[in-house]
Amino acid sequence: MAQSPLTAAEMEASLHSWLDTEFTFFKVEELAVELAVLARNEQDFILDWIRRIAPTHITLAWQFGRRAPALLPRMERRLLEAWAVHTCDVFDRTGLQTALRVMEEVDSFDDAQHKNDAAGALFEDIAPILGNFVCGLSGRRLRIEEGDAAWTDGERFVLPPLIAALPDLDDNFRLAKITVALLWAQTRYGTLRADLAGIATAYADPERALARLYALETLRLTARIARELPRLYRQLQRLRELLDPPLPPGWRRFEASLDTDQATLADSLSLLDAAYAEADCPQGSDQGCLRPDAIAAARAARLDKEKARLRIKLAELLEEHAAAQSTAQSAAETPPDLEVQPRDENGRLDFEITLDSAPLAPPDGVKQLLTSIYLDFGEIPPEYLTPAGDGEYDPTLVFDQPEDPDAVWHGTYHEKGAELYPEWDHGRQHYRKNWCVMREKTVLPAYDDFHRHTLDKYAGVVKHLRRKFEALRDENRLEKRQTQGDEIDLDALIEALADAQDGSEMSDRLFVRLHRAERNIAVAFLVDMSGSTQGWINEAEREALILLCEALELLGDRYAIYGFSGTTRKRCELFRIKTFDEPYGGEVKARIPGIRPQEYTRMGFALRHMTRLLNRVEARTRVLVTLSDGRPDDYFDVYRGQYGIEDTRMALQEASRTGIHPFCITLDRDARDYLPHMYGAARYIILDDVRQLPLKVTDIYRRITT
Amino acid sequence: MNARTLDPADHLIEKEPYYETVGDEIQLFEAAYRQQIPVLLKGPTGCGKTRFMEHMAWRLKRPLITVSCHDDLTASDLVGRYLIKGGETVWVDGPLTRAVRCGGICYLDEIVEARKDTMVVIHPLADDRRTLPMEKLGQMVEAPPEFCLAISYNPGYQSVLKDLKQSTRQRFVALEFDYPSATLERRIVASESGVSDAIADNLVRFAQMTRNLKGSGLEEGASTRLLVHAGKLIADGVSPVTACKSAVAQAVTDDTDMLKAIQELSSSIF
Repeated sequence: MAQSPLTAAEMEASLHSWLDTEFTFFKVEELAVELAVLARNEQDFILDWIRRIAPTHITLAWQFGRRAPALLPRMERRLLEAWAVHTCDVFDRTGLQTALRVMEEVDSFDDAQHKNDAAGALFEDIAPILGNFVCGLSGRRLRIEEGDAAWTDGERFVLPPLIAALPDLDDNFRLAKITVALLWAQTRYGTLRADLAGIATAYADPERALARLYALETLRLTARIARELPRLYRQLQRLRELLDPPLPPGWRRFEASLDTDQATLADSLSLLDAAYAEADCPQGSDQGCLRPDAIAAARAARLDKEKARLRIKLAELLEEHAAAQSTAQSAAETPPDLEVQPRDENGRLDFEITLDSAPLAPPDGVKQLLTSIYLDFGEIPPEYLTPAGDGEYDPTLVFDQPEDPDAVWHGTYHEKGAELYPEWDHGRQHYRKNWCVMREKTVLPAYDDFHRHTLDKYAGVVKHLRRKFEALRDENRLEKRQTQGDEIDLDALIEALADAQDGSEMSDRLFVRLHRAERNIAVAFLVDMSGSTQGWINEAEREALILLCEALELLGDRYAIYGFSGTTRKRCELFRIKTFDEPYGGEVKARIPGIRPQEYTRMGFALRHMTRLLNRVEARTRVLVTLSDGRPDDYFDVYRGQYGIEDTRMALQEASRTGIHPFCITLDRDARDYLPHMYGAARYIILDDVRQLPLKVTDIYRRITT
Repeated sequence: MNARTLDPADHLIEKEPYYETVGDEIQLFEAAYRQQIPVLLKGPTGCGKTRFMEHMAWRLKRPLITVSCHDDLTASDLVGRYLIKGGETVWVDGPLTRAVRCGGICYLDEIVEARKDTMVVIHPLADDRRTLPMEKLGQMVEAPPEFCLAISYNPGYQSVLKDLKQSTRQRFVALEFDYPSATLERRIVASESGVSDAIADNLVRFAQMTRNLKGSGLEEGASTRLLVHAGKLIADGVSPVTACKSAVAQAVTDDTDMLKAIQELSSSIF
């Protein structure tokens, strides 16, 4: 039975509190009256979203509430939701003004134009599939992005948020797939090689020329797709029949002359004069649009860089080759004769490199560069094949360098070179995309006596730990009385023979087997470096880490130690103390004492980053141990309180979903209330006394990994 | 139903196993065999390493003893062990020993998967000593000139922990295998599965697409073996898209988005 609708009065109270009317003075009474006439499930839907948007910005929530009742009969709920989330994302990225503009755009929403939206292909749903799809097609690796329309610049392809030209969901997906294939073909078959804007300006009406050139190219690429992807081509034909008017008669001859395997951009250009004269110009629903400026910009940025990269890589390749052939004659007097033969067959683009007519196996990186250069020129220009001389290029300019985290921070307030992580917004019940700007830094080593002092102070403990941990080590042990094994278990055999003489049943467990229980554990420690650890806690943490390292070195488990801290989402910092690959040597030993309390406790990004790092390590068991002194918190931010707890909880759940075992050690004695919830996915332990930490941590570790 | 039981040590491959030469690998293998140098086959899974070994065994008219190595395979699994028979202990030769004794070809597939102690028995066999130490018997078996040791190794997907040690790899002549060229692969798929050239052509095109995905979410592209499987299903009446889905897409990945993407690729062709 449907629930009866809420009355205006019932809703008012919640609206007052969500929209903070004491300060904002929104007239929630009017809104409540509007909502009161709706069915209960409609009311619930709108109220739920007002509540979820409100923590992001109250004005947005209010605007949503004002518009939603009128939109509900015209718009699919799925789209309304997408619109709400999109508005919040825009707010996250660019602020209130643009978000309000997005809100307003929805007013011009016209049912007639959007009658198929319910069956539309949403970017979010199709992007992961089509992103992989396009990688599978040969050529440069293209990135997929969301934008205002479908277009490509040769390095990425952009799709609109929704493709909904047809009443059927599968057909809309197919349309998106065909659009992507046509965009891919532009890169693959040389549409983007020409100076498109330059060609168009030669005509009286450049825009008209450009549109006709694009139409010609679409014909040519369609013919290519017919050969490369026959089934897709059949779908393309079917959808064009549904969506587009038939090709104008004048264009049929263009189609016929471009329908060969060899047709290139030059053929399209040679037809451009004739096409320019045509009154009509076909415009397929699947063809996307052409952006000559973006194409030229991407190409200009790419060409020189790739030339330099290729020449450096070739120099490296030759050097390796020379080193491998130690018997070879002394440094070549004549320049090496390098040749590259592109092989473009059967949807596969491959390159054969020959050095003085002997084949060389190019590494993948070189092949990818060659592919990209081949797509730009249709050949590998000879000047690209001279290996770079010594010092000819500055590699720091040619290859992307990791940004110095401090330099970035001191400069403009941007996100260059940082990794971006999402954050779970509890109120919105949705992730905030690319919200945390995370950078890895290294802890400055402190070469003092701390390490030695700690070992002296805990000499007894260290000895005890060693004994305990050594017992844990994967000792090979002989398992007796096995049905299979390398050797015969004589005791068992004698017994069995005696049994046989005796007339009783003879056991078949007569072998000894060497059992090797290999420990295969990778563990990441995440240490709280927030300002609140100042003093006792920080010291205890550092001591605990030293004892831990001593113990872990005995076990041979792979481990990494990182500290985390941050001020606001824009400055989330992870401090490298020891990476998985680093040995526990002088520098690492000095970094542990160098751990200094920094700023706030924003935990989500740190957990997410460690999850990513841990998952890159090959191990049977992955453990993520966090060590913190209290509840998540950040500078003047919503992170304090429920939001931070929920985000941390979500990050822990994400970690355990990927197969990591999270474990949390906390020193916050006053807050047993929130811990079970926050650590829902993780196991945790509360230490009452900071001074226990160094002693306990290793013990805890031993327990959770055996 | 009468399955034949064969003892690999006495069994010679009767019918020529189908194998398409890619380069000079047959000539190289034969030279190494004559010179008594062990051989290391490198290459991705399903590109024809095992088939090549069968073909060579047939060509050289020697028995082929194949051991698929796994992470629990120990030296005694290769060399042999004592078993109990009616109150007596009896020594039973392992496959490697049998191959040495009968002068066969011993092919250790995916050698890096085996335990480290297996290397100890392989090393003296793989250099000019050509002897197999049998620790438990206190004996050494000298390999006859006909004996040949071959191992395979896939450098692609193994973890760093499972790399082949230099001391091992430097004892072998290495033959590198890769997916055959498109023309050759088309011929292999057509002749092994019985599909038409046009379908074989499309299967190869599809395989190339999955190989392009290597590194962007796929560990390894579709192997020639998978194409042959798909081809056989198609020849038996399964629709090409379904065959590609079951024989190829599901075999290379479990990731939902990747599966869908691969299906979209195959449904763009067939």
